[in-house]
Amino acid sequence: MERRLERIDRGIKVRSEDVFALSSWREMLYLLSPRVVPVLGFLLLPLVLDNYWQKVLLSVAVFALLALSWDILAQAGMVSLGQALFFGLGAYCSGILNHALGCPPLLALPVATVLGGLMGAVVLLPVVRLRGVYFSMVTLIIPLMFVRVIEATKIFGGTEGLSGIAPLPSKWIELYLIVAVLLAALFGFRRMMNSDYGLVLKAIKDNDRSVTNAGINIFWYKAQALFIAASIGALAGAFMTHVYMFVGMPVFALDYSILPIAAAVVGGPGSLAGAVLGASILVPLSEILRGIGGLRIVFYGCFLVVFIVVLPEGIFHYIQRKYHQFERWVEVE
Amino acid sequence: MGTATFLRVNSLFKNFGGIQAITDLSFELAQGELLGLIGPNGSGKTTAVNLITGFVKPSRGEIVYRGRSITGLAPHKIVRLGIARTFQMVRPFYQLPAYKNVIIPLYSPRVRQLAGGSYGDLDAVALDYLEEVGFERDSHVAYKSASVLPQGYLKRLELAKAIALKPDLIILDELFSGLSLAEVASIIPIIEKLRKEGKTIIMIEHRLKELFRIADRVVVLNYGRKIADGPAQQAMQTKEVQKAYLGAEC
Repeated sequence: MERRLERIDRGIKVRSEDVFALSSWREMLYLLSPRVVPVLGFLLLPLVLDNYWQKVLLSVAVFALLALSWDILAQAGMVSLGQALFFGLGAYCSGILNHALGCPPLLALPVATVLGGLMGAVVLLPVVRLRGVYFSMVTLIIPLMFVRVIEATKIFGGTEGLSGIAPLPSKWIELYLIVAVLLAALFGFRRMMNSDYGLVLKAIKDNDRSVTNAGINIFWYKAQALFIAASIGALAGAFMTHVYMFVGMPVFALDYSILPIAAAVVGGPGSLAGAVLGASILVPLSEILRGIGGLRIVFYGCFLVVFIVVLPEGIFHYIQRKYHQFERWVEVE
Repeated sequence: MGTATFLRVNSLFKNFGGIQAITDLSFELAQGELLGLIGPNGSGKTTAVNLITGFVKPSRGEIVYRGRSITGLAPHKIVRLGIARTFQMVRPFYQLPAYKNVIIPLYSPRVRQLAGGSYGDLDAVALDYLEEVGFERDSHVAYKSASVLPQGYLKRLELAKAIALKPDLIILDELFSGLSLAEVASIIPIIEKLRKEGKTIIMIEHRLKELFRIADRVVVLNYGRKIADGPAQQAMQTKEVQKAYLGAEC
């Protein structure tokens, strides 16, 4: 007797929009587990990890925020190669607020988030009309320019940076603050991108002339997307300033631009969850490979290439597709 | 049909570098009128529409809509005043399902303002508009991604996006091109219904037979200049128009 694999797509839309979802524990679990598992994972991990891996978790959350920020911009049609700009602006804002004005970290963080977001958006506003690679090139150059400006003018501590910045009150506040921010950003911005507002942002990427033809000011919407993305990046930067108790020129380094893109692409662009998943894989992987020494980057690069070649849609989209598919072997007459 | 001037194009010029795309174009449009804008390929019809809708800024001249100059105004601001258009080469949001395509105009400030801020369930309204232009409600076509729709549906989708803006003036840029006779025959009643609702319409068309059935008047362009303006049969009889279309003195 021959057999073939039968694949059934679960009617997720019907289930999630109908009281049918409440018909059994199995259905509720099916809908809730993709949300509950990452939340529980991020909340419980700090309790089971040692000091070193807790720091890695901090890095995961920070890079995941930067990847989220990149993904939001990318979904609005703005492919940024310079998330370091947002990270650096937030880091310097928080550092200066604390160092020069004596602002406590828990106040400096939100203020730096808004200030950094505003500054990031204003800096990129003149080039928001550029499309494709032209926008990308500008975003790549601007953080590098900031480094040279700080170096040449010796402002904000010049090459020495600003040290002695106050840390957050405790290690646990540090950990749970960034985890809470990451989860809130992930679910909040996923909801935003699935709303009609998010639809307009996605439509701008698809066909900006058509959005203009619908009477919508795409410049204003792009500016809003820039502010949102810049704020998320600035928050990540401001947070790390208080973790390291230092801010200096390395906050504008290429690492903060490239790794978030790799995370979002490997994880699955256009979903936000993919960005977090990507960061959760790449950052620990980088730490694991640290033992290899000089060849670390080679292995890391190979790993990235394999991921992108084997799963070009991204890990999250693959998992999501498989999760919604029910497969079974059936006998063929 | 009202008699007051609804749209006035006054001595419009547009040049792209050394190419004179529009030269001294003037015409008027009354409220409720259906104007056919015709001419051979490259005669400047789409450029004229781009000038009216703000996608291209004129080199000289003035466009007055309901007594207000809209010359050089940004396209989204012109839409908000009540002018909607379709594109000759359809411009759907390919990544979105058909009904989500219509949500974008429904989300625009104009529609929200007209609806008094609360516009209810946009999905349902979008499906209503799609049904109005011929998407069968019981079929799944409206839920399909725009990237898999055939040309006939894409043209209808383009029309639905324009109608969803509740415009007073609709500009249809070669809506019939690429459609079968049966498809054109099914779209004509939709245009006639829009007229009955009091909409003013400009149609750019190469399908003259179908256009002349519904147009009140035509403006004929050739090499960016207006060569005729009047009822269709009368305009087509002029020597200049015959020369433009047939390429020789008749």
